[in-house]
Amino acid sequence: MAKDMKHIDIEEIQKLGWDELIPGAALFSFREPVEDVVEVPMEERPYAPTNSHEWQVGDWRVEKPVYNRDLCIDCQFCWVFCPDMSILSRDKKMIGVIYEHCKGCGICVEVCPTNPKSLLMFPEHMDNDEALKRWPQKEEKKKD
Amino acid sequence: MVKKIKNLKEFSLSNDRFEGANLMCPGCSHNIIVREVLNATNDPVIVATATGCLEVCTAVYPKTSWDVSWIHIGFENAAVAAATVSAAYEVMKRKGKLPPATQKMVDEGREPKIVAFAGDGGTYDIGFQSLSGAFERGHNFMYVCLDNEVYANTGGQRSSSTPIGASTTTSPAGSVSYGEKMQKKSMVEIMADHGAPYVAQVSPSKWKDLVKKVQKGFEVYGPVYINAQSACTTEWKHAPEDTIEVSDLGVESCVWPLYEIINERDEHGIIYSTKLNITYRPKKKIPVEEYLAAQPRFRHLFKPENRHIIDLWQKAVDARWEYLQRREEAGV
Repeated sequence: MAKDMKHIDIEEIQKLGWDELIPGAALFSFREPVEDVVEVPMEERPYAPTNSHEWQVGDWRVEKPVYNRDLCIDCQFCWVFCPDMSILSRDKKMIGVIYEHCKGCGICVEVCPTNPKSLLMFPEHMDNDEALKRWPQKEEKKKD
Repeated sequence: MVKKIKNLKEFSLSNDRFEGANLMCPGCSHNIIVREVLNATNDPVIVATATGCLEVCTAVYPKTSWDVSWIHIGFENAAVAAATVSAAYEVMKRKGKLPPATQKMVDEGREPKIVAFAGDGGTYDIGFQSLSGAFERGHNFMYVCLDNEVYANTGGQRSSSTPIGASTTTSPAGSVSYGEKMQKKSMVEIMADHGAPYVAQVSPSKWKDLVKKVQKGFEVYGPVYINAQSACTTEWKHAPEDTIEVSDLGVESCVWPLYEIINERDEHGIIYSTKLNITYRPKKKIPVEEYLAAQPRFRHLFKPENRHIIDLWQKAVDARWEYLQRREEAGV
């Protein structure tokens, strides 16, 4: 972090008009310098308010993906193909969905290989426990 | 240092350096490609981004989605920004003037990687002269083209990457026209002919192939060009959840063949061997029709009067696949 750069609070920025800028202001990803970002997991990073991680786009969604731990085989297809970094995976295990960042595109459900799927789209207003109760049963393979 | 990625579970241990809650469309391939590229290495990365979807959606004032050093530059000069960073880094390294934190990483064998991201508009059309110049000078950086075959950020105008028959806002399909009239230009060969040591074509749906190629590109010294297929839900008009499926159809039908071209050069920059490898061969080549049918931008081609364009597509794709196979066989 260069010394002559000013760290600006998000409240200060929000008071400004759309065409106003604070000269010398820099928007940093982190509140304090992080030596090696790759080593620090998302939960432990000192995010600055100007990092988009602190914001949310969850209200774009109409349907949300619900995760069923009992069926999951931890293949991580949902993790690698999620465009919004919303699949939380730690120690090779899938933990859950970050609903603040999920835009509800449904890719994770499409790529899920289990039968029945361990991720399914449910209406946004439905409770996750309610969704888990309504989970479909295993589909028999169609014989051609 | 090459990051060891044996399988997807190992890959999932990576900590993302690209943050969520950016404003890209739901189901956008750009994000998937950027993630896979950044996660392919543990070394520090410096990113230069040309104007385009990726830039306007990940850096909306006062927010940033990047946890790596990031430069936004004009539409036409992402390659120059990356080349300049690369040249400056080399001078600072030679003179011993690197910042202590960077110097420490370099001592550990973790050289910073310099990557430029640009869309197909910023690569095929507007950014071509600066890209060509940077490749000719031979700077050490990687250029990733996020090829969604249209100017998606400005409302879907045709670019020179748009394939024949696609309906865009400046080449609309209707009773008179079947859409875009020109064939897509082959950027991979153009960049390989610049004498770049490593040039490859990738698709986000084949993540391992992509990561391997990116790692190979980071290892070689010199300009590296990666052409990445980026299915666009907004302009290809498919449903957001079908992004991976559409990308897969492109690969399986050989519309988007996955291959690499390696130019081996001596110390004077003279190429003594060129080799083309096809890195993924579909087990069963599916007809192009299936790829076209998955995207409503080609819907009008299925009308009886436009059927000849589909035949043309199939012919062009078959000829290209044949060409690639022959080149691989001949080892040139």
